[in-house]
Amino acid sequence: MTGARSQLFAALVTGPLRHAAGRTVLAVVVIALGVALGLGVTLVNRSAASEVSLAARSLFGLSDLVVQGTGAGFDEALFPVLARLPAVALANPVVDVPVRVVGQQTAVTALGIDFFRAARMQPSIGVDAPRTNLSPLAADAVFLSPAAARDLNLKEGDTLTVQVGLAPVSFQVAGILPAAAYRQRAMVLDIGTAQWRLGQLGKLQRVELRLRSGAATEEVQQQIAALLPPGVTVTTPGAETDEALRLTRAYRSNLTALALVALFTGAFLVHSTQSLAVIRRRREFALLKAMGVSAREQIASTLAGGAIVGSVGALCGVGLGIVIAAAGLNAFGADLGAGYFRGIAPSLKVEWLDVAVFFLLGTAAAIAGTLRPAVAAARVPAALALKAGDIEDPAVRGNTIAGVGLWVLAGGLLLLPAIDGLPLAGYAAIALVLIGAVFLMPAVTRLMLRLLPETRSVPWQIATAHLRGTARQATTSLSAILVSFSLMVAMAVMVTSFRTSLDQWLEKILPADLYLRAGFTSETAFLDADDVSALVALPEVERVDANRFAQLAVAGLNTPLALIARPIKEQDAGRTLWLEAAATNAVPGDAQPVWISEAAADLLSVRSGDAFTGSIGERAVRFSVRGIYRDYERQNGGVVIDHDAYVRLTGDVRANAAWLWLESGADVDALVDRVHERLPGLAEFDVRRPGEIRAITLRIFDRTFAVTYLLEVIAVCIGLAGIAASTSAQVIARRAELGVLRHVGLLRRQVGFMLAAEGGLLGAVGVLAGLVIGAVVSLILIYVVNRQSFHWSMDVYFPWTLLMVLSLSLVAAAALTAVWSGRLALRDDVVRAVKEDW
Amino acid sequence: MTASPFFRRVCRTACAALVSMWVIAAATAAAADYPPVVRGTPLSFPQDEGSHPQYRIEWWYVTGWLQDDSGESRGFQVTFFRNRPGLDEGNPSRFAAHQLLFAHAAISDPQVGRLLQDERVARAGFGLAEAREGSTDVVIEEWSLRQEGQTYRVRIPGKDFELALDLAATQPPLLQGDGGFSQKGPDPASASHYYSQPQMAVSGRINVGGRDIAVRGTAWFDHEWSSTLMDDAAQGWDWMGINLEDGGALMAFRMRDGQGRAHWAAAGRRRGAGATETSVYRPEQVEWHPQRTWRSPRTGIEYPVEWRVRVGEAWYRVRPLFDDQESDSRRSTGTIYWEGAVELLDEAGNAAGRGYLELTGYGTRLRM
Repeated sequence: MTGARSQLFAALVTGPLRHAAGRTVLAVVVIALGVALGLGVTLVNRSAASEVSLAARSLFGLSDLVVQGTGAGFDEALFPVLARLPAVALANPVVDVPVRVVGQQTAVTALGIDFFRAARMQPSIGVDAPRTNLSPLAADAVFLSPAAARDLNLKEGDTLTVQVGLAPVSFQVAGILPAAAYRQRAMVLDIGTAQWRLGQLGKLQRVELRLRSGAATEEVQQQIAALLPPGVTVTTPGAETDEALRLTRAYRSNLTALALVALFTGAFLVHSTQSLAVIRRRREFALLKAMGVSAREQIASTLAGGAIVGSVGALCGVGLGIVIAAAGLNAFGADLGAGYFRGIAPSLKVEWLDVAVFFLLGTAAAIAGTLRPAVAAARVPAALALKAGDIEDPAVRGNTIAGVGLWVLAGGLLLLPAIDGLPLAGYAAIALVLIGAVFLMPAVTRLMLRLLPETRSVPWQIATAHLRGTARQATTSLSAILVSFSLMVAMAVMVTSFRTSLDQWLEKILPADLYLRAGFTSETAFLDADDVSALVALPEVERVDANRFAQLAVAGLNTPLALIARPIKEQDAGRTLWLEAAATNAVPGDAQPVWISEAAADLLSVRSGDAFTGSIGERAVRFSVRGIYRDYERQNGGVVIDHDAYVRLTGDVRANAAWLWLESGADVDALVDRVHERLPGLAEFDVRRPGEIRAITLRIFDRTFAVTYLLEVIAVCIGLAGIAASTSAQVIARRAELGVLRHVGLLRRQVGFMLAAEGGLLGAVGVLAGLVIGAVVSLILIYVVNRQSFHWSMDVYFPWTLLMVLSLSLVAAAALTAVWSGRLALRDDVVRAVKEDW
Repeated sequence: MTASPFFRRVCRTACAALVSMWVIAAATAAAADYPPVVRGTPLSFPQDEGSHPQYRIEWWYVTGWLQDDSGESRGFQVTFFRNRPGLDEGNPSRFAAHQLLFAHAAISDPQVGRLLQDERVARAGFGLAEAREGSTDVVIEEWSLRQEGQTYRVRIPGKDFELALDLAATQPPLLQGDGGFSQKGPDPASASHYYSQPQMAVSGRINVGGRDIAVRGTAWFDHEWSSTLMDDAAQGWDWMGINLEDGGALMAFRMRDGQGRAHWAAAGRRRGAGATETSVYRPEQVEWHPQRTWRSPRTGIEYPVEWRVRVGEAWYRVRPLFDDQESDSRRSTGTIYWEGAVELLDEAGNAAGRGYLELTGYGTRLRM
């Protein structure tokens, strides 16, 4: 290119951007938002995942294999057997139980270790062991991980009181461990002390093994597996780390998908604004062509404009994304408020590869959005384009067959199962539904425009005529509205369905009058038989149902299922469980009847009526599935067994929670006071009415979905901005026409009405289509994505009021921006506006 | 009086236990009732060869000189310690640290020019680490010192070396001090029960630098137990145990105060292989005079590695196999000391015996 030509090229690229500064800024903002959300969520996920890995690795130290039991642990006699294996160089026994800090709802992980052995497994403990006056072996000495010291606000010399059973047990903080030792919120104490003072005598939760150099890990693993009692497994630390991540992967990937939707919407908005800009600049292009600018140069210049918009937007987005990630981590934590990662506090890890990927994604989205309009512009025959301003080929060129084809394909994808635990086919189906809808939009628009009623109002007639006449422009705007609004609708329906289902479920599963729990740390905080008897003896208490929370290990599952033992009989199981399916066959003679959650059913691949084998403690038991219930509480699978059967199997009479049924007319407040008198170890928050539990649960739900709501609000804003942009672009492009209308005698008010009618009609068509497509997408989210990600079903509820308000706002916004843009267009001298164009 | 390195650790644990007892009134049971070491308590064998778990500290200590087929000499040292921390003895957990065991082993190879050493620490329990009563049988995982009749079997698969030695007694046990009551300071409350087994015939093999070497030699075995060993004034000690050329045995030590002066001293000598009488020397009959010092390039600590020592009427020179026999266990035990193979020369400069010299408290005070 010569100097002059390159100058011309630069002018071609930047000119339109500067000319339509407002729209350029909007496109930049939209791309920036999409990139920022996507990158922000990815960085938070990455930081959380890396922290979870680090934490798991810090827990297992240099071990090659980990022998692991359920939370209740296994007999310590296994330890010397493992330690003596010829292939084992070092066996490190660990008591690992969560304990509740008295007066707080939070738990810390108590790690009972043999300092001498652990120091060899985790050199960081031995080398940088804190200097202390208190012997690490003393029965009241604990060391805190930095995370625990920070969260509990404790320092060396302070007292830490935890709950064992219902009794307080106090320790002295002998020191703070080096940061490298444990990343979890952990209190570390001598293993003998832990067994004694935390009620774990004779039990271990884990033995970490380091093998002699040259030992074949897999071989030794098999050899050890053969030695282990039921319910005890041998895995590698890597597998444990993966498991820790797997539990949260569905949540994290859904959040990422949500963030990517913003980018997708952004790209679509760029496409629609660019398309409109290209249409508006047709004569400009034609002139350039006449001047000898080649089609290729013309495409290049348009694409370069898109690239500039994209890269500036992506650059801003990358910066904003890092800020969002940092703020999100600070404000909501690693799981963005969902409560998955308690007790770890990751710092932001900015992975530059992620940053680069999102920068390129943002830029590419803008370029892709520009591609089609650029090619379209280059194809414009010079003579035709030069002749008149906005004359547009009125035929809407959609592709109905392609649209329907994509929808059929989407329907096929919906039949596929989850891939590696992720609903990838579901996401693909949603994308196909949206793209198919865009293909079908011209046909729909045509149909809708034909259905428009005729009136005698001149502005109305002009408005409808204009819409019919500029169908392609209308379709482009409509597609933008459709995509953003349908996603908005889908999210709203999904969240509402989930929340309403949760609310109704809570009502069902909380049938008693009063609930009491001894904390969530079931192995250390519990009610003993005397405590339960004390409750039964209270006046006005009709019945007490003791609940025991234990774990049930099943061969092949890395994580044990939650076992809930409580009084339950087959005939009335449906009264306290939300049953999705019930068995019709008889219980086999050797099996224990149980009810399992949907997640457990998916994990075990069983249906009601089937049987499976699992182990409670170190005892293998055959279970018969009597029903499958909906469970929003235990995402990793729950199993309900009758309390009497559990006691028969285990001899374990401890309880973690109790349901109290009161005599009618009982004074609940007075009873709550008496419960606290009788069991002073219970904190105030341990005794709850069903209403309180419901309120708390829904509050947690809302907090969990806070980020979802936030993303949704941003989607709404982007959608509105897009509508405003396309409407105003069109209106401003029609300054001349509006000028003519004023010249021929249309009143300012009438022009306003006409523009409002056009904007409103366009908005309404988009909103109607968006509602339909959004509903379809929401069903995919609920029945496929959600079911495959979280293994729970929910009922569909439409938030009618919210949808109505959103729809009306969108239509109103479209109408108002049209009027407002018209005002801007007609602010100057009308005559000049007319002149300028001819 | 041997082998201090782990005392500091052992002591720290025990002292810390006491401190925590004072600080935390609500703590567990009262301080453990360690039995005192009483003069006149007769030692009985084989019962006293085993562990005395009631006492606070106890150790079994083997040192000696080894010769391989090419005639090359090396020193070796193996020590097993037992400690009763006296913490929360009511704790019924099988993991409770009622008894702690430590072991340290080293080879002094002039070819290497410094000590090859390794160590083990464990709480007693589950048969993985135990100190048995009734006969010498101390085990920490694959490290062991076991008595079988008159033979002690030492099995130490260390990090850079390995020891597999059998030690056969050739003489009856030598009771140190007053019939096995060894006073360690002016106050008779600072004392231990102490007997030695000198002139043990060693055979077996060692592995140094990946090379298996058949060895023979002569070893010195000590067994000592106490609850109160070192008094407040003592800073450290100098000790030696020598197998004499004539088949006799010489043990001498002195406790030093903060100024480096002798605070207490004692010695015992068996004259000749067949002797049953042991000469016991009072503090004023034992003198230690440093002749040459060596400064550790690693720690900067200066050790007197050559000595003139008077025991009764006899004067001896003590000369190290090589200078750098410093044992730096700061990482595991927090102690630095010098413990190495030495030769004993008489006044005329003739070889009088071979054994081990131990120098403690030259860096910082040894807390007992």
